[in-house]
Amino acid sequence: MSNLLELRNVSKVYQRGLVNTKATIALNTISLTLKEEEPTILTVAGESGSGKTTLAMLLLGFITPTTGEIIYKGRNITTLSPAERLAFRREVQAVFQDPFAVFNPFYTVDHLLTVPIKRFGLARTRKEARAKMDEALTAVGLRPEDVLGRFPHQLSGGQRQRINVARALLLKPRLLVADEPVSMVDASLRANILETLRNLQRDHGVSIIYITHDLTTAYHISKSIIVLYRGNVMEGGDVDSVIKTPQHPYTQLLVDSIPWPNLDQRWGEHAIMAREDVTASGGCPFRSRCAKAMPQCESRPPLYRLGPHHATACFLSVDHPEVEAEHLSQVLPT
Amino acid sequence: MMTALDSGLRPTPPRPVPPVLEVRNLEVTYYTDLGRAKALDDVSFTLHAGEKLGMVGESGSGKSTLALAMMRMIKPPGRIEGGAVIVGGEDLQALDEDGMRHARLSRIAYIPQGAMNSLNPVTRIGAQMVDAIRAHSPRESRSAVEDRCRAALRSVDLSPDVFRMYAHELSGGMKQRVCIAIGILLSPAVIIADEPTSALDVITQRQVMETIDKVKDEINAAVILIGHDMGLMAQFVDKVGVMYAGRLVEISPVRAMFKTPLHPYSEALISSLPNLDNKGVFQGIPGLAPSLLRLPSGCAFHPRCQRAKAECSAVRPAVRTLESGRVVTCHLVDREP
Repeated sequence: MSNLLELRNVSKVYQRGLVNTKATIALNTISLTLKEEEPTILTVAGESGSGKTTLAMLLLGFITPTTGEIIYKGRNITTLSPAERLAFRREVQAVFQDPFAVFNPFYTVDHLLTVPIKRFGLARTRKEARAKMDEALTAVGLRPEDVLGRFPHQLSGGQRQRINVARALLLKPRLLVADEPVSMVDASLRANILETLRNLQRDHGVSIIYITHDLTTAYHISKSIIVLYRGNVMEGGDVDSVIKTPQHPYTQLLVDSIPWPNLDQRWGEHAIMAREDVTASGGCPFRSRCAKAMPQCESRPPLYRLGPHHATACFLSVDHPEVEAEHLSQVLPT
Repeated sequence: MMTALDSGLRPTPPRPVPPVLEVRNLEVTYYTDLGRAKALDDVSFTLHAGEKLGMVGESGSGKSTLALAMMRMIKPPGRIEGGAVIVGGEDLQALDEDGMRHARLSRIAYIPQGAMNSLNPVTRIGAQMVDAIRAHSPRESRSAVEDRCRAALRSVDLSPDVFRMYAHELSGGMKQRVCIAIGILLSPAVIIADEPTSALDVITQRQVMETIDKVKDEINAAVILIGHDMGLMAQFVDKVGVMYAGRLVEISPVRAMFKTPLHPYSEALISSLPNLDNKGVFQGIPGLAPSLLRLPSGCAFHPRCQRAKAECSAVRPAVRTLESGRVVTCHLVDREP
């Protein structure tokens, strides 16, 4: 079975300063595999600064990993030939968080849709192109006559974001990296966009990496989840186990902070401890905010396997068997 | 006005505390090239000190217009066409421009959407806070003003050192808390927060909301939280108002709203929410929000309403206040559930 995408011990370190260099580890040795035959939706969850956007940028080839390699269909994406690169650009699509930033304010929104059609030769006639655009826009719940020919500032954030999803749809990609696609969209429209994404996976065999801080939508759309904190995997597994029975204190805090629309399920069992700027490297990155921190947290905890599809990097789960970090994907169901 | 006269003339029996905020028949119209868009249509509600009201609705439903109209910050081509916003017994809409300038921040504060990005990047946080106070009390001594700023920062759980910092030195949640600190500097009676946490992650969101809750208690203000996240509303507010196409379709206490929503649109909003029991069910609301330029006849929601009757497309439903105090604008609801 071939792999669509493989991350092998990928790290990204940002360096700051020339003399007194300060390194920020944005992503710390992550290994992941997505199988070509089994399209899945994998959520990468974490708060701001957890490295989730760095991961998206790496996957899209916008930045190169400091160590490790990213393999797409057997080829390292940093050394693709121009033709392969073009194919990669078509097959790996992105939807970003900010529906304001991706539009050029000088062009009508049609531009965003016509450019890929021309670039990848998706339509022979203007009429065919228009039909394709209409189809993609309708699929995301927009009336083509409402949005085409308009400038970005004339549309709402939700409309703009759905145009972005429509653009990705248009290209029929193999992998979609969706970085917070619904966080700036109305709650009532989220359901539509998420359903569109799920249908993309189910009906068109597109694998989706759904990057979010919103565990509610993650729970609904994805099969598997990894929780990142400061570039490290804290917990991973199938979405039901991780969200319903989180084992890592960080995941517990995250799940506890979800504003569920349920009046009997109140916020805030776990107090929030201020985020400190730990410069000391090594150890569990969450230990300074963890109410259950122990002396041994000074060293980095390995992944412990709690069940067939659940693993956590926390010494509280020390009685469970260890899994190699490279084999994280084994605990992620597809 | 009448009540003030009455009470001056003869002793009145003890009455319930008057509301700190009363919005009465507020109307806003945008005059665009394509026609007139009524962004706010006959919106009325009241709020007591210490109460938290959530205003929900899809984009374009008039939530932010409501906030701007209350602040009298509607810009052309928009115009406030009528109505009153009564804070502590005085109608803000009747004030002159100078009076309104003084009322902003000192009596009614507004934390706009994306407020954290509105901090000036080249002046220190402190200078921006001092500016706000100076605009209202120019004669207050420098040290007294600074003390107030530091106290405000402390009350939003920020270190007083933030006073000397620049916006880029703060995280998103900290910037949002600075904006809340500015909002409460002059202890307003009403705080309007427009999607204060829309760009923040859940943990920071909880911190910011806990901060708003805490400062609200400190100054006993009424809070209006504008947003579209019903989950957040369930966790934070006391009552929920639902807006649709510029009209207020329901106001109910939060518990009643989630248990027995009256308006079909409220019901649809609530059932479109993801929770732990309905995994993988995506129940969006069918159809699209109408354009304000071409509103459907009768009840604006009838084309998307699954229970619409003939009456709904012909006659616009009246705003009805039920015995329990719940407010609903729907032909299908004429009594308590």
